[in-house]
Amino acid sequence: MNWLEFFAMKGYAWYIWGSYGIAILMIAVEIILVIHKRKITLQQLRLIRDADKED
Amino acid sequence: MAINWFKYAAPSTFYGLAGKLVPWFAWPAAILFCVGMYIGFFVAPTDAVQSEAYRIIFIHVPASILSMMIYLIMAGYAALGLIFNTRLSSMMATALAPTGALLAFISLWTGSLWGKPMWGAWWVWDARLTSELILLFLYLGFIALQSSIEDPRRADRAGALLAIVGSVNVPIIYFSVKWWNTLHQGSTVKMSGTSMHIAMQQAMFTMFAAMWLYAIAIALLRVRSIILERERNTQWVTELAEMQQ
Repeated sequence: MNWLEFFAMKGYAWYIWGSYGIAILMIAVEIILVIHKRKITLQQLRLIRDADKED
Repeated sequence: MAINWFKYAAPSTFYGLAGKLVPWFAWPAAILFCVGMYIGFFVAPTDAVQSEAYRIIFIHVPASILSMMIYLIMAGYAALGLIFNTRLSSMMATALAPTGALLAFISLWTGSLWGKPMWGAWWVWDARLTSELILLFLYLGFIALQSSIEDPRRADRAGALLAIVGSVNVPIIYFSVKWWNTLHQGSTVKMSGTSMHIAMQQAMFTMFAAMWLYAIAIALLRVRSIILERERNTQWVTELAEMQQ
């Protein structure tokens, strides 16, 4: 099978790749945000703990 | 052997369990996603009526079904938290909402991109589409309501009421294609069997499994941060290995 022909999807390329592209992109963003949130949360907790120690 | 099921109802024990479980759901999800995409694009044949456009089904249907199921699970957890005052169930409800909203959005987005070439319209105010849009708004409303209330326990209760009342929308979405004359087609896969090609079914079910596993993995990962935030004043959080830096 020809790859150009495959990506053309018989004229439905924009619809199909637009669907999968945005879906995969948004899932990737969700994963990054959740991992980032964990890092930020741990960082904040450590900061609060260190601030409490100084008191 | 007696298993103490309530052991993991405590945020402190569940935090560790969730951390151990995440890779067991995340990696199979990634693998099944690749397998599903492969079957969907290289094994499943071209549709006689819709040509290649039908391939959107492999993401559209699993995302739509999951957006409804996750809502019911979220409402169930929220209800448990409301009735039994179990903190962890409320945290699980909060952790599921963004993923449910994401899946509802993917359902609408892919549906729109499928509707344009097949129906000639990006959007129609059809019962199925409208009720799915309401589902997205219910998720967003739940998230907004919870984040607008500072006291987490009060936020849990307010969110729970919204989630429970909103769950009436899920059967409406599900039965909308039967109750009303809609543009959206009915279910192809029924209890009595299906007219779908076997490779199309395999691709759809593989993608469904992949997204299920993904939703569990991401919710577990998210709930860990929620547990940390809410339990920050407890002894066990300060003693965590990841806190010793």
